[in-house]
This record gives sequence, C-alpha cells and structure tokens, in this order.
Amino acid sequence: MYGRPIHRLLAMLFALSLVAAACGGDDDGDDAEATETEDTTEATEAESEDTSDTTAAGSDEGDAGAVDGEPVAGGTLLIGSTQVPRHLNGTVQSGYATAVPGTQLNASPLLFDENFEPQPYLAESWEIADDGLSVTLNLVEGAVFHDGEPITSEDVAFSIITARDNHPFATMFAPVTGVDTPDPQTAVINLSQPHPAILLAMSPGLLPIIPKHIFDDGQDMKTHPRNSEDFVGSGPFKLVEFNPDSIIRMERFEDFFIPDRPYLDEIIIEITPDPTNIVLGLENGTTDLSASLGGSANILRLQDNPDVVTTADGHEAIGPIQWLEFNVADPVLSSKEVRQAIADAVDRDFLADTIDQGTTFPTPTGIAPASPFHNHDVETDEADLDKAKQLLADAGFADGEIELTIDYIPGTAQSAYAEYVVQALEDIGINTELSVSPDFPTWAERVSGGNYQMTINNVWNWGDPVIGVHRTYLSDNRVGVIWTNNTGYENADVDQILAEAGQEIDADARTKLYADFQDIVAEDVPIHFLTTPPFWQAYGPKVQNPPIGIWGHMAPMHEVWLAQ
Amino acid sequence: MRTAAAKIAQSLGLILAVIVLNFSLIHLAPGDPAVVIAGESGAASPETLAQVRADYGLDKPFVTQLGIYVGQVARGDLGESFFFGRSVTSLIADRLWPTVLLVGTALIFAIVLGVMAGTFTARRPESPASHAVTVLALIGYSMPVFWTGILLVILFASVLKILPISGMHDVEFDGGLLASWLDVARHLVLPALTLGVIYLAQYSRLSRASMLEVLQSDYIRTARAKGLAEKVVVYKHALRNAVIPVVTIAGLQFGALLSGALLVETVFNWPGLGRLAFDSILRRDTPVLLGVLLMAAVMVVVANLLTDLLYRVIDPRIRVGARRTRTKVST
Repeated sequence: MYGRPIHRLLAMLFALSLVAAACGGDDDGDDAEATETEDTTEATEAESEDTSDTTAAGSDEGDAGAVDGEPVAGGTLLIGSTQVPRHLNGTVQSGYATAVPGTQLNASPLLFDENFEPQPYLAESWEIADDGLSVTLNLVEGAVFHDGEPITSEDVAFSIITARDNHPFATMFAPVTGVDTPDPQTAVINLSQPHPAILLAMSPGLLPIIPKHIFDDGQDMKTHPRNSEDFVGSGPFKLVEFNPDSIIRMERFEDFFIPDRPYLDEIIIEITPDPTNIVLGLENGTTDLSASLGGSANILRLQDNPDVVTTADGHEAIGPIQWLEFNVADPVLSSKEVRQAIADAVDRDFLADTIDQGTTFPTPTGIAPASPFHNHDVETDEADLDKAKQLLADAGFADGEIELTIDYIPGTAQSAYAEYVVQALEDIGINTELSVSPDFPTWAERVSGGNYQMTINNVWNWGDPVIGVHRTYLSDNRVGVIWTNNTGYENADVDQILAEAGQEIDADARTKLYADFQDIVAEDVPIHFLTTPPFWQAYGPKVQNPPIGIWGHMAPMHEVWLAQ
Repeated sequence: MRTAAAKIAQSLGLILAVIVLNFSLIHLAPGDPAVVIAGESGAASPETLAQVRADYGLDKPFVTQLGIYVGQVARGDLGESFFFGRSVTSLIADRLWPTVLLVGTALIFAIVLGVMAGTFTARRPESPASHAVTVLALIGYSMPVFWTGILLVILFASVLKILPISGMHDVEFDGGLLASWLDVARHLVLPALTLGVIYLAQYSRLSRASMLEVLQSDYIRTARAKGLAEKVVVYKHALRNAVIPVVTIAGLQFGALLSGALLVETVFNWPGLGRLAFDSILRRDTPVLLGVLLMAAVMVVVANLLTDLLYRVIDPRIRVGARRTRTKVST
C-alpha cells in the first residue's frame, strides 16, 4: 500500500501528530465522558442528584442577589437543566424535575424566607388554632388562574385533598380530615392532630394550587391529561411549550396577583442529558442560570471563571445528605461496636475536603445544617483509627475477620465515596468489596429489599423533618420501598420522640425533641452521616435577584430580573 | 410477487421477534418502573407502588403481559409511557424526524464524500494525497463516535464559536421558515459530522479497494482502448460498478448507524429516538423502549428495501428476485 518509503514515513508522521493532538485533549474528554454517565442516572433519581440550584422566591422581600440599581422588566431567562419532569402537576408528583417548572406555573399558599419562616403568597395571612387542630388561610383578593377564572378557597381545598390522596409524601397532609370554605377567600384546614409540618408542606414545590374547574372531572389525578397538556396554572408564568425531555417554555402571566411581577418576559428551561453542555453554555453566555452543574470538577472550573457567578447558596430546605448506611439486620452489622468502629474509620472531613475538593460540607447528623432543627452540638465520631480498632477487638473480632460489601447509587460521584470506604476500612482490618449495580432501579431494589450490608445513599430532608427525616428511622416504616427505613433500625425512644416532635406546636420544644433524636441516632449509628452536597448553581452576570432562597429553583422566580 | 410476499412475511417475523426478545430482556432486568417513579419522586409508599404496578398491568404474569402487548401492537396501539403518561406514538412521532434527519444526513455525507475520496485515491494510489486520505480514514475509523463528539463539542464551544453544540433549534430563535431551516442545518453540522465520520472512513476504504479492482478489469481496458476520455471511463464506466459494494454495506450497516445515533444524540442533546430509547431503559419505560425498537426495526427493513431499489438504479441488470446476480455483487 505504501509504495515509496518516503511516503510511508510522511504518512506515519502525520498519523502520529494527529494521535498526539488527540491525546492532548484527553483530560477534557475523560471528564466529559464521566459526567455524561453520571448525568444519565441523575435524570432517573431526583434524590441522588449532586448538582445544585437556587430560587429567588424565598420571600417577597428577599433581596438575595446583588442588585445593581432599579429592577427592569423584560428579557428571557434561559435555564439549563438535566432534570426531566414526568409532568407539571406538583399536587400528585414530587421531586425536583416537576417542581422547578411547576413553581413558575403555579402559586402556593406560602413562601419561605431564609430562616424557614413563612411569608405571604396566595395566602395573605394565616393562623394556627391554639389547639393546633385547624389552620385558617386568608387568600389574596383578585387572584386568577391563567384562564381568567378566580382562585378561590375551593381550589385550595381541592389542591390539598388531591395532594393528601395522591402525593408521594403522604406525611405532608395525612392528618387533614377536611377543608372548610366559609367564603371564597377563606380556607380552614381541619386536622386530626396538631401538625406543625403543614406550614412547610404549603411551600411552592409541595402544594401548588391547581384549578378545580379543570381537574375535578373524575379522572385519575396522577394520569390526568391536563397535567402536561394545555396546562392552566395560578403562578407568575404560564405555559407556552412543554416537551418534557428537551424544552419547557413559559411566558409572563400578565394578570399575576402580585402587581408588576414577574419582571421576566419569559423563562426557558432547556433540558439536556449532559451537564458538560450546560457548563459550556454558561461559559459562553448562552445559558443564564443552572443548578445542574455535574461533579466537583465542573464546579471548580466555573469558580475560576470571572464571567460566571458560582454559589452554594440556596436550596437549603431540600437538605440533601450523603451518608453511609448499615443494614442493621446483618449479623455482623447488628453489633453497635462494629458500626461505631466503621464510623470512626470513615472520615467525613476527608471526603468533603479532599475527595470533593471543598464542594461539599461535612455533616454529622440526619437533619441538614441549615434547618432550624439541626443539632449543632451533636456528639459525633471523630476519625480515630486506634479507637476503631479497639472497638472491634472489644466486640470480639480479630483483625481481618470481618468481610463486608458496600453498594452505592450507580452513575453518581458516590462511587468515589464507596471506594474511599473500602480503603478506610482496610486500615482497621475490615475487608470490604464494592457491590456495583448497573443502574438506579437495580440498586434501589437491592437496598429496599434489605439485600445489602452497607450502602452510600443520598437522602433529602424535603423541608420539615416530618416529610424527609422521620421516614428513615421509624421502626414501623420498614415497608420495602427505597428511602423508607431500609436499615432495619428500631429504637422505641426514637419512635416516641419523633411521634411527639411531629405534633409539637411550640417551636422551642420541638427543636429540643429533634436535638435529642439526633443525639440518640449519633450514639446508635444506624447511619454514619457524611456530607451535604449543596445545590451549587451558576449564573451569568446579568442575572439579578438570583433564586437562592431555601427552596432554590423550586420556588417562583417572579423577583428575578436581568440587567440590560 | 412471491418474493415481495416472502419479504413482507420475513419482516413481520423479524418485528415480532424484536418485540418478544426485548420484552423478555427488559422483564429480566431488576427494578421496575414503579421503583423508578419512586426514585423520581424522592419517596413512595408501598400502596403507591402497588397502585402503579396495577395501573400498568405489571402485577400480571409475564406471558399475559406479553400477550396483551403484542395484541395491542397488532391493533396499531403502542401503549402509553409509564413515565410520561403520554401515548408512545406521540412521543415517537416527536422524535422520529430528528433521527431520520440526523442519520440520513450522516449517511449521505459518508457515502458521497467516502466514494469521492475512494475514487480519488484509487486513481493515483501512490500519490502523497492518497496516503494522507488513507491515514485520515484510518484515524476516523478508529475514533469512537462519542469521543469524536466530545472533542468537537469542546473545540466548537471554547475555541471556534461558530457552530451550536447542543440541541436542534436555537431556543430563542425567532424568524421565518427558511431561517428556521437554516437554524436546524447549523445545529445539524456537528452531530452529522460525528456520526458520519466513521462510515466516511469505511466507505472511502471500501470504494477505493473496489475501484482499484474495477479499474483493472477488462471492460475498462476496452473502454480506454477505444479512446474514451479518462473522466468518462472512471465516472461513467467504473464508478457504477465500484459503488455497489458501498451501497450493500451501507444498507447492512443501517442498524449500526442507528445505535451510533444514540451516542451522538446524547452528546449533542439532539432530540431523537436514540436518546429516548436510552432514557427509557433507565426508566424501565417498557412501552416506549419497545416502541422505539420497533421503529428501528421498521427503519432497517425500509433501508434494506431502499438498498434493493438503489441496486436497480445503479445497475439495471440487477432485478429484485434475480438472486444470483445480487449474491454475486454483494460479496
């Protein structure tokens, strides 16, 4: 083929130079590929997502972002996201993917400020009865749905009952026995027991107010065709186009009940499976805002970019916590000493500082650090290998005697956590093997079926502890479903404290109960808490009042505006 | 006529096999859509899971589920997506055109450029340019599509900011029909290039070899001997015969091209069938996945029919049903 030697030589040199050029790009290419895989799983599991994002909506007066001068109306906000919503009706579908567009399209009774305190939204005022058995909402006058029909207490009642009967977070409205509607502006929620969590359960992402006149036609709400077609909402933006895995286009609703809001003409959510594309879009200025940034490499890269603002603020209420959980029913792991030893060997500071390069924060309890119920004084295990070895010896295990397996949610950055645990346990004489599941459903089936020994997990608080915390510890919540009590942990004191805390209306007393709960769990170690992966978000320089409230992007962006 | 009937029967059998095989394989995978929906929701109760399973008929025995599905498809109903709650037909309809556009462009690009390069190099097989083309083709052939894709994304995102790297439309686009087509065309360049480059390499190698062989055959010598211009000899006499193996391989490879499209669609966020199929696997969204695979099977069948037709255009001596001739040229 290569007849004359000189040509063969030239051709080979040419080939070599091309190969060299290709290798020069190797690092970038590898990164992009890794993130791509990570991403595909993210689309399936909202909970395991370790990206970040934000929402301005915390409160009406929330001057969260840097404001240069007077807000101006107009412009299009282009949001990049990896999250594919099933549909847009948040009364029957939880999760981040639905809530981000859902909170633009629908208003909720309440907003929340950075201290988790309720603020007026559709309800201009509200009152909890002294006995805690009813909550009265007074709705704003003149609010209308996108089709012009007035928003009344009937719609609020319909939305609450729909959520109670269909929403995956059954604990949000379980005690609701009914909603009275004495007049169009007043809704009285009746409860079978005091239920302080109901306030946070009326957050934008958890209780969108949907039109009764559209949905109350006897069809199953979970599969109602109007959940994704011809959507009529109550929020600051109305739906223009919904193409669930590529684009959601929303435009300003002129008759929104807050005067002169929203500022933006249009919000476009562009959905792409690969966070690398989103990061490139932010760098190029084609994407304005995103909380789907992928792993720490992308975050660090954006932090170095002077044209992009990167922040870990926002989304605190979601409270994601990555942890190492033990199957307490396992013969070896049923020993508290063994669990404590493992906790002493696995150093959460190392994970946060070295493996995640400072993009996550060490978190010692199961209630997220920003929550008012977080116990800042919890006594937790410090990394101490000698103590760990001593504990194992006391429990009667010889060096190398224990063999364990560890699972993790596949396709996420958690693989690095699992690999670190294998190394760390080797140092105290425990041989650990990685158990790799091909995808999320496989992992979820293993863990929810109790068919595992240890797993890295990522569980979200979802606002009030009643919604996202209790489920992991209650001994009667061992129901074979992922993100319930999958550890098999049983402690009658914990059951008792959580039952009381769920009904305690006095905030200080409630905080005390949750502090005790966190102390007991820290002592029992059914779970070794590791890190909080904040919802890192990045935005371009023209984005003002960025959505960095406690619900982040899961709240209306009616205060966001674009500098011209 | 008998051949046509046999062909249709064959295709139907193939499609049925695709359905049964895929249905069984998906059924064997652990985890079901109810678990995925629980994951998406961040929580679920056993009652909701049981409800989801009952709604979608997942609590019925496997054979019953399969029977119901095949019956549905026979009536032209592809069912409803577990995940989106929308009809599979509408989900596929939205994504069919982008995939056809992507695969078609890549294929035409690869064949046209590949045959041109092959012909060019075959005419002067020892020239430096010929060697360069050969080396380039080898490199193009050795690069996996996702790799080429990611390199192009990085190049065009950070260095040459002249072409869009993601999606099919500019989301803020506002213009007329013609401008809108141009917009799609701009978005199409990189994905089609990425997908086409492997096949370009193959077709250029193939057409080069075949052209070299044809140029040495007796009838070419005759053509030259009777004083025909070299251009006429090469492009009119030789090319027609040389291109037949390329068309054969292109037809056979259509399925592989579709699976390549899956990766390219993911890298470039191209809203096509491949991405839908991939996401549907992760979501255990059986009806959508089966629907897409069915579409793919149909597309492969159609591609093979088109190949047969092309043979007749290129070489009128070949007729569908004239088995012997076709077997000979496709070796």
